[in-house]
Amino acid sequence: MSIPEILFYAFAAVLVVAAIGVITARNPVHAALFLVFAFFNSAVLWLLMEAEFLAIVLALVYVGAVMVLFLFVVMMLDINVAQMRQGFTRYAPLGIVIALIVVAEIASVVWVRSLGDEELSAAAASADVVGYNNTRALGELLYSKYLYPFEVAAVILLLAIVAAIVLTMRRRAGMKQQDVARQVAVRARDRVRIVKMEAEKET
Amino acid sequence: MIPEFASNLLAFLPEWVQFVVWYGVVAVILFISVILTMAFLTLAERRVIGSIQARIGPNRVGPFGLLQPFADVLKLMVKEIVIPSNSNRFLFVVAPLLSVIPALAAWAVIPLWPGFAVADINAGVLYLLALSSAGVYGIILAGWAANSKYAFLGAMRAAAQMVAYEIAMGFAVVGVIMAAQSLNLTDIIEAQRGGVLSFYWFWLLPLAVVFFVSGLAETNRAPFDVVEGESEIVAGFHVEYSGMAFAVFFVAEYVNMILVSAMTAVFFFGGWLSPLEGYPGVPAWLQAPHFLWFFLKISFFLFCFLWFRATFPRYRYDQIMRLGWKIFIPVTLVWIFVEGLMLVYEIGPWRS
Repeated sequence: MSIPEILFYAFAAVLVVAAIGVITARNPVHAALFLVFAFFNSAVLWLLMEAEFLAIVLALVYVGAVMVLFLFVVMMLDINVAQMRQGFTRYAPLGIVIALIVVAEIASVVWVRSLGDEELSAAAASADVVGYNNTRALGELLYSKYLYPFEVAAVILLLAIVAAIVLTMRRRAGMKQQDVARQVAVRARDRVRIVKMEAEKET
Repeated sequence: MIPEFASNLLAFLPEWVQFVVWYGVVAVILFISVILTMAFLTLAERRVIGSIQARIGPNRVGPFGLLQPFADVLKLMVKEIVIPSNSNRFLFVVAPLLSVIPALAAWAVIPLWPGFAVADINAGVLYLLALSSAGVYGIILAGWAANSKYAFLGAMRAAAQMVAYEIAMGFAVVGVIMAAQSLNLTDIIEAQRGGVLSFYWFWLLPLAVVFFVSGLAETNRAPFDVVEGESEIVAGFHVEYSGMAFAVFFVAEYVNMILVSAMTAVFFFGGWLSPLEGYPGVPAWLQAPHFLWFFLKISFFLFCFLWFRATFPRYRYDQIMRLGWKIFIPVTLVWIFVEGLMLVYEIGPWRS
């Protein structure tokens, strides 16, 4: 086995263990941390495939932002694990169906590769060229050929942000809020009045 | 790549062992230099703030107090590390490491002098951003694992603050990437050639300001230090830490300060390029790019860190959130748009 292969199997094994940890950990914070660990390991797998842009973006977006917020929420919740485990047998068939669908999807992607599609093999060949810049290649494809789907995805994400804000925003009556512009505009003479007084003398 | 003298020296070893040995040695040297810089930064902080507040600061240990950092380290090393009985032991011990490792690992891609960065990778900017955002885990886990309310409040504040300012920081960097047309840090520096007015701070001033102030907030330095605001939550996330465990958090904070200064110097102030380049009448040795220029720029930004700490009162928490989300992010978005227009109409010294 070559060194990259050994590394691949080592990191893949750790990844699988971490992924199992996500669903077996009793403490939700530990589960979230296992997920972070799994993300890091899959980023390393992508690095081994010389897809450094995807690897670093995975670490940046999922580890650096999404999971931080996730931990933030999980730490503040008081989750009763025993209650969460109830109804396992009831939901198990649904879970199995979803798992099978995911397996079928992965298999179809592998199957497409075996067909020898021109674009895929061209991409694989160009990766061996010296000075090949994975990030630039991805960007050029994304902003030229797939520009329209890319922009549609961006708009959908924006819509999701707006929807999340609209759904969670509540305006209660009688809530006191600060008007920052007015706070900033305040000058000392609005608040303090200096009064000149004659000193009172005892005679 | 391995330079020739090293490969001659290590010629008896197989190639991949040479690789590991060379990068190991370079990493250790870089690590020691960063830690030494950090040690003297703590001394500089106390002396500078001392001067600003018209007092002397530590000057007893060694000449001018130069041995003070080592005395501090010695003191912290002989102190007991107390582990709270109700804490999560494993995470409590691991948390300081999680905050110091990303801070040190980020130095791998910083170009130190012309033609040298430990790893001159294509996606260097993304690597820096990814590692600086990974550092928050140490703080959050420290706060949670300690099982103390003060520490937990500090951790919650840290999480919210870091996520908010990371977005502004990322957008500011997007402006730099647009201007330099590259994610490689050496390319970004090279693109700024031509003296102080072709450095990006001049054309991207709003982004430079947003980046540096967000850097202040990311490192939890005053005036954004509500994470460890002692008047409200004692010492924030590291309230339960003592001895070397505390010292490791301390190291992480100061290394991050140096890192943010270095990033500001690279992105907006030309890294190791000379600001006097291309001006007539300036001697050639002043125009040449050199490590010392980089060092001077980093020192200046570190001085700003200390200067701000001694000058500004602490922000209120809601004001911090407002500044991050409602002011910095829109400012960066507007300036990226303006920059786009400048690029299209070819205003400014952009690389085409």
